[in-house]
Amino acid sequence: MLIIATIAILVVMFMAILRGNIGPTFYDRILAVNMFGTKTVLLICLLGFVMGRPEFLDIAMVYALISFISVIAVLHYVDSFNAKHDAHDVQHGEEDR
Amino acid sequence: MDTFISLVSGLCLLSGCVLAISSGIGLLRFPDFYTRMHAVGVSDTLVTALILIGLMLQLPDGIVVTKLVIILLMTLFINPTASHALAKAAIQSGLVPILNKEDEGKGEDTPSKT
Amino acid sequence: MLLGVYGLLSASFFVAMDAVDVAFTEASVGAGISTILMLTTIAITGRSELASHYRPTLALILVLIIGGLLIYGTMDMPYFGFAEAPANLHVSPRYIHDSMQEIGVPNLVTAVLASYRGFDTFGEVVVIFTAGVGVVVLLGLPGRRDENDAEIELINTSMHEQHLVVRIVSKVLIPFILLFAFYVQFHGDFGPGGGFQAGVIFASAIILYALLFGLSTARRIINQPLVQLLSGVGVLVYGSVGLVSMLNGGNFLDYSVLSSDPIAGQHLGILLIELGVGCTVASVMVIIFFKFADRKEALHYKPRETK
Repeated sequence: MLIIATIAILVVMFMAILRGNIGPTFYDRILAVNMFGTKTVLLICLLGFVMGRPEFLDIAMVYALISFISVIAVLHYVDSFNAKHDAHDVQHGEEDR
Repeated sequence: MDTFISLVSGLCLLSGCVLAISSGIGLLRFPDFYTRMHAVGVSDTLVTALILIGLMLQLPDGIVVTKLVIILLMTLFINPTASHALAKAAIQSGLVPILNKEDEGKGEDTPSKT
Repeated sequence: MLLGVYGLLSASFFVAMDAVDVAFTEASVGAGISTILMLTTIAITGRSELASHYRPTLALILVLIIGGLLIYGTMDMPYFGFAEAPANLHVSPRYIHDSMQEIGVPNLVTAVLASYRGFDTFGEVVVIFTAGVGVVVLLGLPGRRDENDAEIELINTSMHEQHLVVRIVSKVLIPFILLFAFYVQFHGDFGPGGGFQAGVIFASAIILYALLFGLSTARRIINQPLVQLLSGVGVLVYGSVGLVSMLNGGNFLDYSVLSSDPIAGQHLGILLIELGVGCTVASVMVIIFFKFADRKEALHYKPRETK
């Protein structure tokens, strides 16, 4: 049962990578990565159980926190990115004229 | 009793897997960002909860269950928040939910004001 | 962004190889901090590179030669997991069999990292400290303009009111992250973890705060000179543990002489140096992030000012 679950999670992770690669917008990619993160947490838990080493749960915890932080960071920078590019575009437009 | 617990845990794991794969298919097949977000964001939390509960029933041991509960709680907090932030950022950047396949993509970037 | 996925992937790979500590480090460093720092760098420099007309043929040849030599060198190395390899013949059995009696720490990796290879780890800490110093020297802005500050404050508050939900949830989460960092720090003897990972987790909690509540707010809470002082103190703690053990008649970083009982001495030594490592790593990460983000803000709001 655990093995089946692990394989299923791996399949889903693969799907997430596919979406991350083809994702037309930036947000699609972030969504895929976010999903990938949660699935990794699950995968680590499952692997810990399969191998009988419950210390892996610590790693899963770190993962859950870290992936949240990185998603927030990415969103933050995408925001400021857009603002910055707008500013640049405006400037360039003025220079061209 | 033992078989019952293992049955329930197996059931939890199995339904979690089915949901996970269906959300993966949704992530791949849905036409635009918001529907994909719907597929992922809704199912993600439930999948995590189901699989973690299944694992908890597998090995009823003090510290392991505690850690799993902590992970579960954190996921319950984190996942919806991340989805919310993502959706909000997307809609603020002007990504409009359109059902026409070709019309999606980055619209006008409106810098966040007000 | 996909770099983060790479970090996650390699961490799962390490999990599959049963290397818990390495997976832990990769999880915290590879997936978290490095992504954030990379993003800040991109945000400073802009996404596209300037086209350069310089063709580095010489450098390419040099790199190719060195790469070829390295590949040639690896041919002499034993195969992966080869049982007859020198490392597996002498060193590993000693670590595996004797560390329980000599060090008394259940986690083998911590024993090797902090005690047998203490000197190497000291070098790593010094490298991290040097990186922090380098960033401070290169990117340190002498004095920030005050009229800029007010404007940034305004933009920040307006921007952050939109992230209300995220802010509140993070407010709930941050104490747990900090607590968890301490758990990792002091639990390193028994489970996976240790100073490096704990430092990174601690720093990422602070970075999360700074991201969501604005740099100026975070700067008000986290005293920059104090952090810079702490990064030095960490290295000093590590080094002075070594010196004390030397003064007590042992070798440099030989903790057995720290206490009358060698095992207790080892425990004390490992605890202290892990503390030093954690201090340095956390504060250096925070310093690097703050310097980068400072730089970004200064660059970012300049166009707005000139208009």
